[in-house]
Amino acid sequence: MSVTAEAPKRKASDYISDVKPVWCPGCGDYHVLLSLSRALAQMELEPENIAVVSGIGCSSRIPAYTNCYGFHGVHGRALPLAAGLKVARPELTVLVMSGDGDGFSIGGNHFLHACRRNVDLTYVVMDNRVYGLTKGQPSPTTEPDWDSALSPGGTGLRPFHPLVIALASGANFVARCFSGDVNGTARVLIEAIRHPGFSFVEILSPCVTFRPDEKQWKTLVHPAPVDPTDDPARAARRIMTDDGFNTGILYRGNRSPYRAPAASEPQDPGVLERKFVI
Amino acid sequence: MSAARPPSESLSVALLGSGGAGVLTAGALVTEIAARSGWYGFITRSVGPQIRGGEAAALVRLATRPVGCMDGAFDLLLAIDWNNADRFAAEIPLTPESIVVGDPKSGTPPDYVTQSGARFVEIPLAEIAKGLDGGRANMLAVGIVLGLAGIPGDRGAEAIRKQLSGKGEDIVTAGVATLEAGIAQTEAIADTPQLAAPPASSGERWLITGNEATGLGAVRGGIRFAAAYPITPATEVLEWLAPALTTVGGTLVQAEDELASINMAIGASFGGKPALTATSGPGLALMIEALGLATAAEVPIVVVDVMRGGPSTGIPTKSEQSDLNIAIYGCHGDAPHVVVAPLSVADCVFTTQWAVHLAEMLQGPVLVLSDQFLGQTKAIIDRPADLSFMTRRSVAAEIDAAKPYHRYATGEGGISAMALPGTPDGQYTADGLTHTPRGTPSSRGEDHVAQLDKRRDKIESHDYGAHWAEIDGDGDTVILCWGSLSSACLEAAAKLRAEGVAVRTIALRLLAPLNTARLGEALAGARRVLIVEQTHSGQFRRHLQGHVAFPGEVDVLARPGPLPITPGEIADYVQKWRS
Ligand SMILES: Cc1ncc(C[n+]2csc(CCOP(=O)(O)OP(=O)(O)O)c2C)c(N)n1
Ligand code: SF4
Repeated sequence: MSVTAEAPKRKASDYISDVKPVWCPGCGDYHVLLSLSRALAQMELEPENIAVVSGIGCSSRIPAYTNCYGFHGVHGRALPLAAGLKVARPELTVLVMSGDGDGFSIGGNHFLHACRRNVDLTYVVMDNRVYGLTKGQPSPTTEPDWDSALSPGGTGLRPFHPLVIALASGANFVARCFSGDVNGTARVLIEAIRHPGFSFVEILSPCVTFRPDEKQWKTLVHPAPVDPTDDPARAARRIMTDDGFNTGILYRGNRSPYRAPAASEPQDPGVLERKFVI
Repeated sequence: MSAARPPSESLSVALLGSGGAGVLTAGALVTEIAARSGWYGFITRSVGPQIRGGEAAALVRLATRPVGCMDGAFDLLLAIDWNNADRFAAEIPLTPESIVVGDPKSGTPPDYVTQSGARFVEIPLAEIAKGLDGGRANMLAVGIVLGLAGIPGDRGAEAIRKQLSGKGEDIVTAGVATLEAGIAQTEAIADTPQLAAPPASSGERWLITGNEATGLGAVRGGIRFAAAYPITPATEVLEWLAPALTTVGGTLVQAEDELASINMAIGASFGGKPALTATSGPGLALMIEALGLATAAEVPIVVVDVMRGGPSTGIPTKSEQSDLNIAIYGCHGDAPHVVVAPLSVADCVFTTQWAVHLAEMLQGPVLVLSDQFLGQTKAIIDRPADLSFMTRRSVAAEIDAAKPYHRYATGEGGISAMALPGTPDGQYTADGLTHTPRGTPSSRGEDHVAQLDKRRDKIESHDYGAHWAEIDGDGDTVILCWGSLSSACLEAAAKLRAEGVAVRTIALRLLAPLNTARLGEALAGARRVLIVEQTHSGQFRRHLQGHVAFPGEVDVLARPGPLPITPGEIADYVQKWRS
């Protein structure tokens, strides 16, 4: 974090509400909330000009824990809701926060089209490779042999690769973070929010309750050894061949963000009636 | 041309032909010329299963007053050819009074035509058209219809110019000449069903489809954001809105599916922009979860359902009223929301505008149940008045930083002021989880009941004024209907009145919440109530009987699509019931 002589205009705590999270002690999502509040404070954004939109899941509970406008919608539909909001109110900073089940399973189709549409949103997925809220079922990013009551012995299915799919679908900014690295995550979030178009940030955020093995992530993550590229093919190759624990900004594109068709000068609705007149 | 029959107040014409024959253009021209000459009426199309081309029928009804339903039989049928014409047997009922015009060189009429006893007139359309410079059989057909119906052809040039805009003056000149040749062909035909003279001109009239009218009502009501996923027969609402919204400074976004489109609308409205989406049954089924969200999180949105035959993919191109149940009762949980239905093509403007007002006022979803017939019928109407509803969404514009803002405060009829993002100190989280007045998730019984009460009270205590229904007549026989069937019921009532039966028609525009008090008053003194609806299972009857104690005998005329329920059928049903 940069240190300046003047007192910062905003404190991280300005962005956190007094609603007590329902999360388990030690859940990675606490750190995500902290990183987010630090990022927003550093950017000195007014809390009332930020909207945090989510779906359903432990992770998706986050809007009410921020001091921003929030929308806790239905399972899997945060992205279109946020796109509608951003198109209607382009001056707002709109963040979408969800989990791997919410974002990649039930909301998978919206993920593809949000990347394509490239509305200026920041999409944060707190990936814990499990359905936490429904108490421990495999998600699209869960390893094939992960045993659970719903899929005994594992699903046998190949995990979904969100970062590569985001690239292939047209996301304009792709990054991976680890929730335990609060300042590193905050730095990436700032870049993601500033970057025009659709920014996708996957935050590895351990579910200590249903995936206690993920406590080991802190020993596995490491900064990506190379700088971000603006070549999606190169970024995809790197991501597909890395160990899955490279963190940092992996891709920065330069597609222009979605722009809704707009009239140079809005006219009175009365003009629309003329072509009906006999 | 001679007119032995008395002139008729209404005339139904069908034009038939295979793909490329131009019958839809011909039907549109007949309608346009009649409109410009002062008559009312409408045109609907019936097409085969082919995506493009294939046999088609233009079904036109012309009248001296606004009409909104098909008549029981066709006075004129003109076939450019008879390819696959038998598929229209049920849709184009003929009687011995009907006149059928066909080209002897274009095949033989199907059995249903010959067996109807209709008078058959042979005119070699193709041959005559060929002999004219730039002549086309469909233009000849336009002239023949005008001639038989007694409609002058003098507005032909301007109508052709409008319909075939951009095709050049040569085409217009050839078209007019062919049309006049068509009129000349009818001079020798005696005893044709002439249309009575049009009413004296009375102000501005429009030619508009119900789907366009719905779009216009939305814009008049203040909609400035729409999200769209195409589906027959709702697509034209969205296609009309796309450029229209841009013109007035709004936006339409094409979504990846209906789950997205309704959520986009909710997001835009959360941001303060009045928002809408339009769909048909299959899309509404996908939207249901989000409809519950808009109810629980109290976000105004308008969802237009242009109903088609169901269930599942059903009959996409035909009308039915069978989405009533899902529209009113489709949500899980107790999720009261408003459901309204336009009563005619013209009323699509008003009802949609009203729906926007109700959604914004009551902060929740409002469903508009239009249907394929209304949506895709192009009607000649008097310009619908532009009503402005004064009260808008209650917005918390300035918030006292010293007090916590309660987005979901109870009391005051259940409507609480909504802070829009960007408003300092108004931050809250809109939530589909049961919440406290502040919006904080809660699973406490008191909070649950308080918010359920709030949401019920705000829609039940609202004064819907006189708009809840249209009531006509005061007999002790009541025809009770909703939405698109209203025109057929009103016409049936007029017919019955002419036969000496005192009939009252109650056509509901507000389906939920049902205005039981006013409906009770409107039913006072009724001895017989006939419920008329276009469903297989009697959805409307069950909805009514769940809420209303009927004073007299009750019967239901319920029939599913695809065929329309006609005024004659309703009138006959009433007569039989009475005897
Ligand atoms: C339509 C629907 N289906 C199922 C559920 C149940 N459900 C709630 S959260 C969830 C999965 C959440 O997983 P994820 O997004 O990974 O979030 P986490 O809880 O792990 O943070 C499911 C299946 C639901 N709420 N709605
Ligand atoms: S179940 Fe897992 S994801 Fe959910 S709060 Fe607990 S630790 Fe976090």
